[in-house]
Amino acid sequence: MTANDFIQIGVYLVVLLLLIKPMGRYMAHVYADQPNRITRLGGGVERFVYRICGVNAEEDMSWKHYAIAMLLFNVMGMLAVYAFQRTQQWLPLNPQHFPALSPDLSINTAISFITNTNWQAYSGESAMSYLTQMAALAVQNFMSAATGIAVAIAVVRGFARKTVKGIGNFWVDLTRTTLYVLMPVSFLLAMLLVSQGVIQNFKAYVDVPVAQTSTYANPVTDAAGNPVKDASGNAVTKPAQLTTQTLPMGPAASQIAIKMLGTNGGGFFGANSAHPYENPTPFSNFLEMLAIFLIPGGLCITFGEMVGDRRQGWAILATMLVIFIPLAIGVTAAEQSGNPILHSLSIDQHASALQSGGNMEGKETRFGIAASSLFTAITTAASCGAVNNMHDSLTPLGGLVPMWLMQLGEVIFGGVGSGLYGMLAFAVVAVFIAGLMVGRTPEYIGKKIEAYEMKMASLAVLIPCALVVICTAIAVMTPTATATVGNPGAHGFSEMLYTVTSATNNNGSAFGGLSANIPFWNVMLSVCMFWARYMLAIAMLAMAGSLAAKKHVPESAGTLPTHTPLFVTLLASVVIIVGALTFLPALALGPIAEYLMSAH
Amino acid sequence: MSRLIRNAVTMLLVMTIITGIAYPLVATGVAQMLFPHQANGSLIVKDGKPIGSELIGQYFDDPRYFWGRPSATTPQPNNGTASNGSNLGPTNTALRDAVQQRIDALRKADPGNATPVPADLVTASGSGLDPDISPAAAQYQVARVAHARHLSAEQVLALVTQFTQGRQLGLLGEPRVNVLQLNLALDGLQSK
Repeated sequence: MTANDFIQIGVYLVVLLLLIKPMGRYMAHVYADQPNRITRLGGGVERFVYRICGVNAEEDMSWKHYAIAMLLFNVMGMLAVYAFQRTQQWLPLNPQHFPALSPDLSINTAISFITNTNWQAYSGESAMSYLTQMAALAVQNFMSAATGIAVAIAVVRGFARKTVKGIGNFWVDLTRTTLYVLMPVSFLLAMLLVSQGVIQNFKAYVDVPVAQTSTYANPVTDAAGNPVKDASGNAVTKPAQLTTQTLPMGPAASQIAIKMLGTNGGGFFGANSAHPYENPTPFSNFLEMLAIFLIPGGLCITFGEMVGDRRQGWAILATMLVIFIPLAIGVTAAEQSGNPILHSLSIDQHASALQSGGNMEGKETRFGIAASSLFTAITTAASCGAVNNMHDSLTPLGGLVPMWLMQLGEVIFGGVGSGLYGMLAFAVVAVFIAGLMVGRTPEYIGKKIEAYEMKMASLAVLIPCALVVICTAIAVMTPTATATVGNPGAHGFSEMLYTVTSATNNNGSAFGGLSANIPFWNVMLSVCMFWARYMLAIAMLAMAGSLAAKKHVPESAGTLPTHTPLFVTLLASVVIIVGALTFLPALALGPIAEYLMSAH
Repeated sequence: MSRLIRNAVTMLLVMTIITGIAYPLVATGVAQMLFPHQANGSLIVKDGKPIGSELIGQYFDDPRYFWGRPSATTPQPNNGTASNGSNLGPTNTALRDAVQQRIDALRKADPGNATPVPADLVTASGSGLDPDISPAAAQYQVARVAHARHLSAEQVLALVTQFTQGRQLGLLGEPRVNVLQLNLALDGLQSK
């Protein structure tokens, strides 16, 4: 690794930590029960929304009531996204005249966007109308993020409240998240991104003459539009003249801002944040990376504020950083060392003042190794899934890092909201294990952890693990699925493992060589995304309901303090051990096998 | 339950109007006011007509021009409507073959040059539209371009230096050279 690689990671972490604290405190005010400056300022709009929607903002919901409202709202969102995709050919703002998408692709995209996964089996610039992008997909970027944050806040209330039934009001949490947190920050970020060159318009695509014409091999298609193949199965091509280039247009910046801030990750364009119109400069890249961790990091602080003990929030944040930093350095080191199979060619992969060197396949020159690798670690630690380089072309160990970060359950920062409640499930498991060691009833944040809480926490921890392992096994045994891999050998298995891991943990990034737009993947991944997202959220809401009803246990000499380095170590160990025990065998068949073979 | 369904439907409608219609429209309005050049694609305009974008790379294979990052888009390279990388795995022999072919093409265009090729010049970019190459990749091509255009290497190198951008704010990203702008400047140099 070069000195600059370390500097770029260091500067990022410092700026992030400076932003997280005010963001976290701000959010604690947004969700406070008592009126304050923020809720007074936007109170007019907020009350107007409640009046139109017939919401009684004073109503305190039980966990079941909260969960049903959350599910109903998300299902309505799913139906809306599905409808937009199936009818976009008749709707306005479709200058490229894109047709309707297939039913299985539409349902996959709908579930993908409501669950904050943003797995994309389509390419935006050649499939989605501007209206579908903004009124269906971008709306769910906001709503899925707001849903995640709302559930996290409800779970935090479970710890903060004493002997009450209610854990808050879903409609209020959703509205406040959108109005006070997501909208203002997104708008500001969108403008900063435009200043760097991200496009924001409603124009039709622009054709430009190229500076130098050239010829290329154009595949021949028959009357029905299918590619023609010769006797040996190769596509028939004929030379064509390349004289013009078509530049895509559209309202990208507004959507990209919330795509990063809401850890959604669904690109406006096919190449996602590698596309120069989606991420034009190193500074826009820096802003996008900050936006990914801003809310998941800030919510740790919000947690500390809301439970009345700031140290608890810092301990959760410290646990995330303890796991994140070594893995971010790991992927950077792996990429900077270059691709071993190219070493014997006449190619210079060494870093110098004039080039970043390293494994540049699938990476953009302006980002080089440091800004690409850091982005990769951030986007998979958080369940964002935006990519600024092609993960499929990462070195074997470089590709192992993002895969494993997702397999840890998306709790290292994780998705907005879902990262915090996922990590709180691990914290409950950690105090339980500590309790077993000393033979005492475990407590966390002044609440006794009993059988019911443990059941819910175990469900939250185990559901994604089980889904990933089982569904990968199903894929491996299904010939139509194995036929879709884009690379031979161990890497082909990695592609399938990555795909199922990404969908189940609601990340959405891909080893893109796999052709995922077939009914098998569309349907199975829909199931993974849906069950993992909502089973986990419901289990955590159930835990919150049970905790809120409990009385506060005063700290005693036998209480395990949960804000110390000892607890941070314990919690990080639990996360790593669960992730390692579950996935090491699968990883050994994929990236580890590939690494060992390439080392020769 | 029916009240909850009513809440959910109206809430989705209201939020669609706020976040799906009002937000992008206001953002477009403000962006067009503050940064019209960037918001419309950073187009390079000549005689009133767009001839490219500062941000979108074009394909070059003539020895007279600097070549950009290899592009894996289909069917033609640097296809603006189908951005993508190659997605070739690191140990895939197809990757090795593709890199070898690109090295051969560079060697054929510049037989005298036997120095190892900078990595970014023979590996496909992530978007297939990368507008930049590293300064190392630009300097590697200076002798060839100068020879093909009957210019001195110093003249061409001066242009390369002029179009080299350092790290942003001195520390972010990597130094880079915008290929399309450099090539347009080369053409401009000789049409004078």
